[in-house]
Amino acid sequence: MRFGVVTFPGSNCDYDALMVVRDQLGEEAEFVWHKDTELQGFDCIILPGGFSYGDYLRSGAIARFSPVMESVKQFAADGGLLIGICNGFQVLLEAGLLPGAMLRNDHLRFACKHVYIRCENNDTPFSNQIEAGDVLKIPIAHAEGNFYAYDADVAELERNNQIVFRYCNAAGEITADSNPNGSVANIAGICNRAGNVLGMMPHPERASERLLGSADGLQVFQSLKAAISSRVAV
Amino acid sequence: MTQQDGKNGKNGGDNRVICRVRLKEGVLDPQGVTILHALKQLGYNDVADVRSGKIFELSFKSEVEGDLKAKSEEICRKLLANPVIEEFEILESQ
Repeated sequence: MRFGVVTFPGSNCDYDALMVVRDQLGEEAEFVWHKDTELQGFDCIILPGGFSYGDYLRSGAIARFSPVMESVKQFAADGGLLIGICNGFQVLLEAGLLPGAMLRNDHLRFACKHVYIRCENNDTPFSNQIEAGDVLKIPIAHAEGNFYAYDADVAELERNNQIVFRYCNAAGEITADSNPNGSVANIAGICNRAGNVLGMMPHPERASERLLGSADGLQVFQSLKAAISSRVAV
Repeated sequence: MTQQDGKNGKNGGDNRVICRVRLKEGVLDPQGVTILHALKQLGYNDVADVRSGKIFELSFKSEVEGDLKAKSEEICRKLLANPVIEEFEILESQ
């Protein structure tokens, strides 16, 4: 199976994502330059973290108009698996592939630390290897991770089980204190209605082996591998 | 291009448009809140609220196809503002 990692000018987690797929999953991964438009043959596209276009204007606002994005939209519309991590999540929001927007963290500081997130829905291609309700320890690193959406959109996300991860404490309780940025409903990651597009602020690729302080994030990639394997089997 | 050319352009003037983009009412503006705190610290206790925003000055070529204001609004909708959290206003269109 082949993973494509899109590199925008200013992406800085593209190598991390590539290495997880190659070294931890043992699968193929290639970079896709943001000016390329050919995504054929990929089973999953990763929009990595970083600061595309220096976060100018708004995080992800310029990257969404990169040439590759039309192909990414088509890839997602055709049912392809698409995951946006941190800046990748911001790009997905700006591109309208997921509902909502990112605001500046409520405390205004850049948040760079390990947080706990609870898996709210393990019936997705991104979480099928995680027990429902399991708590993962994964780092965040962002200044604009304060997820905002209209009340009606949040209600719809809830209703359709599109909230995949929420910030919680080590015991798995969803509390105000465990919310690192002010996100509405402690939302850390959401998927689209069809379930093939996920955006999350925490960095699973930075928590993919013990040496990094946590290997919990690897489960996200193992889930993708399992989802792709079962798709191929069908 | 001479000033005369600019004046004789389809839209006249120097074709400069100022767009103001700011967070919608009701959307938390952490920068505004922080600035308000700083003002209070400086003794400006009569300031009740601060909202931050962005100003963009668009300078168009002297010959512009179509309506300058409509084009500027389109630019705001498409790129300069995120309609989920922000609103925009064309402040000046010369």
